[in-house]
Amino acid sequence: MTEQNAQNRNIADRLNTPLHSAVFSWPTLLLVVAIGLFILNVFASPYFLSPWALSDATFNFTEKAIIAFAMALLIISGEIDLSVAAIIALSSTMMGLALQFGVGTPTLVLIGTLTGLACGVFNGLLVTGLGLPSIVITIGTMSFFRGISFMILGDKAFNGYPESFAFFGQGYVWWVISFEFVLFIIIALAYYILLHRTNFGRHVFAIGNNPVAAQFSGVRVARVKFLLFCLVGLMSGIAAVLLTSRLGSTRPSIAQGWELEVITMVVLGGVAILGGSGTIQGVFVAAFVMGLISFGLGLLNVPGIVMSIFIGALLIVVIALPILTNMLKERRL
Amino acid sequence: MNFLKKLAVSTAVVASLIATPALSAERIALVVKSLGNGFFDAAAKGAEKAAAEIGDVEVIYTGPTAATAEGQIEIVNSLIAQKVDAIAISANDPDALVPVLKKAMDRGIKVISWDSGVAAGGRMMHLNPSDTDLIGETIIKLAADYLPEGGDVAILSASSTATNQNAWIDAAKKILPEKFPKINLVAVVYGDDDSVKSTNEAKGLVATYPNLKAIIAPTTVGVVAAAQVVTDMNLVGKVNVTGLALPSEFKKFIDNGSSKAVALWNPIDLGYSAVKISHQLIKGTKAEPGASFDLGTVGKIKLDDSNSAAMAAPFQFDASNIEEFSKIY
Repeated sequence: MTEQNAQNRNIADRLNTPLHSAVFSWPTLLLVVAIGLFILNVFASPYFLSPWALSDATFNFTEKAIIAFAMALLIISGEIDLSVAAIIALSSTMMGLALQFGVGTPTLVLIGTLTGLACGVFNGLLVTGLGLPSIVITIGTMSFFRGISFMILGDKAFNGYPESFAFFGQGYVWWVISFEFVLFIIIALAYYILLHRTNFGRHVFAIGNNPVAAQFSGVRVARVKFLLFCLVGLMSGIAAVLLTSRLGSTRPSIAQGWELEVITMVVLGGVAILGGSGTIQGVFVAAFVMGLISFGLGLLNVPGIVMSIFIGALLIVVIALPILTNMLKERRL
Repeated sequence: MNFLKKLAVSTAVVASLIATPALSAERIALVVKSLGNGFFDAAAKGAEKAAAEIGDVEVIYTGPTAATAEGQIEIVNSLIAQKVDAIAISANDPDALVPVLKKAMDRGIKVISWDSGVAAGGRMMHLNPSDTDLIGETIIKLAADYLPEGGDVAILSASSTATNQNAWIDAAKKILPEKFPKINLVAVVYGDDDSVKSTNEAKGLVATYPNLKAIIAPTTVGVVAAAQVVTDMNLVGKVNVTGLALPSEFKKFIDNGSSKAVALWNPIDLGYSAVKISHQLIKGTKAEPGASFDLGTVGKIKLDDSNSAAMAAPFQFDASNIEEFSKIY
């Protein structure tokens, strides 16, 4: 680049106007997809537009979405946690174990969430303490946590949870609005504020974009990452309480395969899988999109494998789209 | 604009065509452990057969991609939303499905479990493929049918602690003096459902009892091992192998003559019976201890104290039908 060009170069205050970036942002596009799916579903099935049906449908994604919000922050920071489903299994098993000693509902909830938190602390210590890649560590803890569940339960099940415990996964706050759904909204708001309105959130983005630069700018990288693992663990513990309450029983195979669905939700929500960017709004809408797809196709009795293909295709589009648009832009320049 | 209008209209038409709920009077959902399993595809075939017999019944054959309780719960939720008349489920977990199936019953849907049951609170009744006494009798009968003069037989079981197998063997021992006085049970050995150990045990039986006429293996692993031993040691025609076997695994031994016949539950009859029962529940039959249901070509059942019933004796496979069933499961 010559000096003359450099002098004439015009540096804009921002890349796009706020309106432009809001309209063309991923969450907005996703919202259009969600609304489209909703309308399609209304046409496709006469049973879709009923308050109770829609309320039942929310149970398909609320628990996973609660984990997905924390997972979004973790992935933005450049780490990942594959052990979330195994944490659910272990938390649920611990609750079942406590039940055998006759503890009450409040203690059960406490044990579930604290077990989740403890697993998160364990993951966090291993990753930040040893400096190993989180994908390797959490593949290990995934087998480890679920392994403990299998050791305790074998082919047996814990059941007989108290009536009052059923409220968390089966109860309604008002009319068709379930407790799970309200909790999902509250947690979504909390994570929105945490990621987009606090210094902590800024630090998460900084670490995801360049951990070394963040470190030199005074961000305590290891501590932030540790806290994120704790949050993911805690959310998995909460999800375990909800799921156990909804199923009314615990088996070591509980929530099998959920880690991939949670991560799918996060990536579909526009969070860069390599870290550095993403929004809570995106993950929020992605939860609805996945819920609408699976419930809508379920109403038409479409086999599950078709849903997997649909979600898979959507995911490929999400990952490929930004790369393709960049390619096109470069060609135009 | 014109184009857009056309597009909108045609989309709506197509959507309504795809979606028009079938106008059948009754919709019965057959929920299975997972799709893509030959056993359950066969059950669905039986369900369709029952629906055709009854007339004006639509069977919704559905199940999750992976055999999980969570996947089945999602499916039951969507069936509740569709307001089906009955759900007949083979459950991945006897406990986890109870809350959602209770919800289905609360909303007026008849719920039964079949094959793999749901705990009592989550269903109106359960249909077992067979029961202990029927299985015990069948495994002896399979051998006795081809031994008109009687003779020595031995049992090759799974492990000595297997609850199922032990109960069947006890039932078999009980029925022997009553119905099969000429059959002489000389030994019960255990192959632990391990191919190598089962093979060794079968070889041991043949060596120890030179007059052995039949080996009865009420386990799908043991029966294959025993038939292989009989084939390898050129004992075809001398020792008959029988027991509980998967047709697809066992076809070659029926073909080569080392076995005359084996048995296992028939999935087609299971699906057929599940729809027959669902239909009678919808029509107002009460599921209570002592109630009886007509299973059409399969027979009749009576509910026991736990509101469950056994469908029939295991279904027999021999040279006449193994070809057909080996393609199914």
